[in-house]
Amino acid sequence: MRVIPIENMFEAAGCEDESSGQVPKLDLPLVRRNFLKGSGVLMGTLATGSVLATLAPSTVWAVELKTLSRAEGEALMKMGRVLYPHKKLPDAVYALLAKDLDAKAAGDAGAAKMLKDGIAALNEAAGGSFARASEKKRKEIVKGMEGQPFFATVRGQCITSLYDNDMAYKVFGYPGSAWEKGGYITRGFQDLKWLPAPSLEASPKPYL
Amino acid sequence: MAKFDFNDGSVVVIIGSGAGGGTLANELCQKGIKVVVLEAGAVQSPATFINDEWKSFGQLAWLDPRTTSGSWRIAKDFAGLPAWICKTVGGTTTHWAGASLRFQEHEFKVKTVYGDIKGANLMDWPLTLQELEPYYARAEDKMGVTRTHGIPGLPGNNNFKVFHAGAKKLGYREVHTGNMAINSQPRDGRGRCMQLGFCFQGCKSGAKWSTLYTELPKAEATGNLDLRPESHVARIEHDDKGKVTGVVYFDKAGKEQRQKARIVCVAGNSIETPRLLLLSASSMFKDGLANSSGQVGRNYMRHMTGSVYAAFKDPVHMYRGTTMAGIIRDEAGHDTKRGFAGGYEMETLSLGVPFMAAFLDPGAWGEDFAWWMDHYTHMAGMWLVGEDMPRETNRITLNPNVKDKWGLPAPNVHFDDHDNDVAMRNHAFAQGEKVYKAAGAIRTYRTPPYPSTHNLGTCRMGASPKDSVCNKYGQTHDVANLFISDGSQFTTGGAENPTLTIVTLAIRQAEYIAKEMAARTI
Repeated sequence: MRVIPIENMFEAAGCEDESSGQVPKLDLPLVRRNFLKGSGVLMGTLATGSVLATLAPSTVWAVELKTLSRAEGEALMKMGRVLYPHKKLPDAVYALLAKDLDAKAAGDAGAAKMLKDGIAALNEAAGGSFARASEKKRKEIVKGMEGQPFFATVRGQCITSLYDNDMAYKVFGYPGSAWEKGGYITRGFQDLKWLPAPSLEASPKPYL
Repeated sequence: MAKFDFNDGSVVVIIGSGAGGGTLANELCQKGIKVVVLEAGAVQSPATFINDEWKSFGQLAWLDPRTTSGSWRIAKDFAGLPAWICKTVGGTTTHWAGASLRFQEHEFKVKTVYGDIKGANLMDWPLTLQELEPYYARAEDKMGVTRTHGIPGLPGNNNFKVFHAGAKKLGYREVHTGNMAINSQPRDGRGRCMQLGFCFQGCKSGAKWSTLYTELPKAEATGNLDLRPESHVARIEHDDKGKVTGVVYFDKAGKEQRQKARIVCVAGNSIETPRLLLLSASSMFKDGLANSSGQVGRNYMRHMTGSVYAAFKDPVHMYRGTTMAGIIRDEAGHDTKRGFAGGYEMETLSLGVPFMAAFLDPGAWGEDFAWWMDHYTHMAGMWLVGEDMPRETNRITLNPNVKDKWGLPAPNVHFDDHDNDVAMRNHAFAQGEKVYKAAGAIRTYRTPPYPSTHNLGTCRMGASPKDSVCNKYGQTHDVANLFISDGSQFTTGGAENPTLTIVTLAIRQAEYIAKEMAARTI
């Protein structure tokens, strides 16, 4: 997989509700043009005006697939959206699901067959193209596959592919590692004001 | 670091370097006793800890093959990961939250107090709270437990503020930032808590007590410690008189080594400790070492656990600051009017986005799950931890069908919840939800138990060799120079997080071993 990785440089300062520091640029999963030789390429753009778009060096993203076709990758992205429907998560995050499943398929013929067969079953149930079926229809189809190994593999992969990346951190407002900034001892660990404060006996003052 | 010869049969070999093994090593070294610690994991440090949930999990967790069976939900959701414990120098004290509570008096004599409970293998400890009190005090001092020895409590974070407001509104009385082995002010050469979050990923500031940077370096400074990381013990050997003579282990290079020993102490946590005794079966000890009672591996306890998360209209940012500095103790006592025996603690807890996705409700999907993740910044969380019932059928056995990388049978962990555990969990869920509703929650969620962090009881101590593995010093009934030095020796589990009691027992065991060595009885 020749994807320029999303580097772990998306620091806490850039996240919502964090006040200090400059905003770092977000690296999107971009593939260099001359590397685009795989079986399929997923591409898209971040919606202009979205939080992510203001941080990314470019609003264009692309993910190269090695084993799965572009249509298969798109079906997986749509299935990811049915399983974990987040309006605020851009397609670029669901493309990571396709990328990670493609990587699984590239190293394991059995996994590749299971994924390709599963996607074919999605399309068949949709009477042609799962990706182009209505949202309601897609939901019914996925629900109908619950319990099958294909479903379990895709759903399980979603947990790390969708929720353990810098774009998801940003969207959900999770800054990740904080020690580089000295933790939260002087950065709002007890800044909640909408409830009565505990007594000093229950919660002594911090040692500064 | 001292280096003792493989053939030096005068050393004490300790297997494991966590709360039990690491503490025992330091206590013995301070008394001038030569100690070899064999630790399966590698050395990390606050500098190398990673504050990223999955990466840290890969760095610290025990990921050797394990299997599961039984009706517990873990067997379905995490079939290969029954426990969330560590394989690293310092063991699970790198990962623990720091909650340090003494057992209550009645929890040492539950058979007497609770009476017979069907399907539970209850037994009184051969110890009382009074006997342990001086050792508890020493453990609290060693670990720097807040609200003991004049150490101030930690400042509460936002997650605590929500928890506290709800608890007070509900009428709970004992609510504070806990008794934590986390420095609220500089102490013992370590700084105060920087409110980093990520307590479970290894404390990068060193404010949380871990044997990695307290007991082990202190032991090393005596010149009596030979710590060997990445040394996986395969079996314990004995002579024809039934005394243990040493251990066989695989070193960093995968080479088999044999270390002779005068005494062997096993502190591999409650899955690996019984596994090692079972793996050490011989023609003399056909059912495994120190297993004449048949209790090795049995009575596996994991505490009744569960979590409640709640979403609020306003932001909380529960991930900021100490992961578990908050407790409600009002439900910890024994009060059968609630419909179960024993009690439970309610403690603040938070997870990052990656682990929330993995643990909020394993296997769940769809709009409702997505709604919760969308509300991450507006969530508060608590963990529920209480006494579970010891059962003979909940046990660690060797699985002949699955082998680890050294070719040794993997442990299988079998667990069925007892009705008492289920009744307690339901009560705790309901109370946790009430706390958050009192604080204004718009929704609450009942999260099932995580892979076990409190693994206990698989080599229980007791008064009689007929129905227990070791005596009140952790010395096995069958083999005088073989000791159990971790939570495996717990007769029953209590409601409290177990580390403080493990450290307390280790301090007491060290005193006993030194005395018996001087008297030449072992």
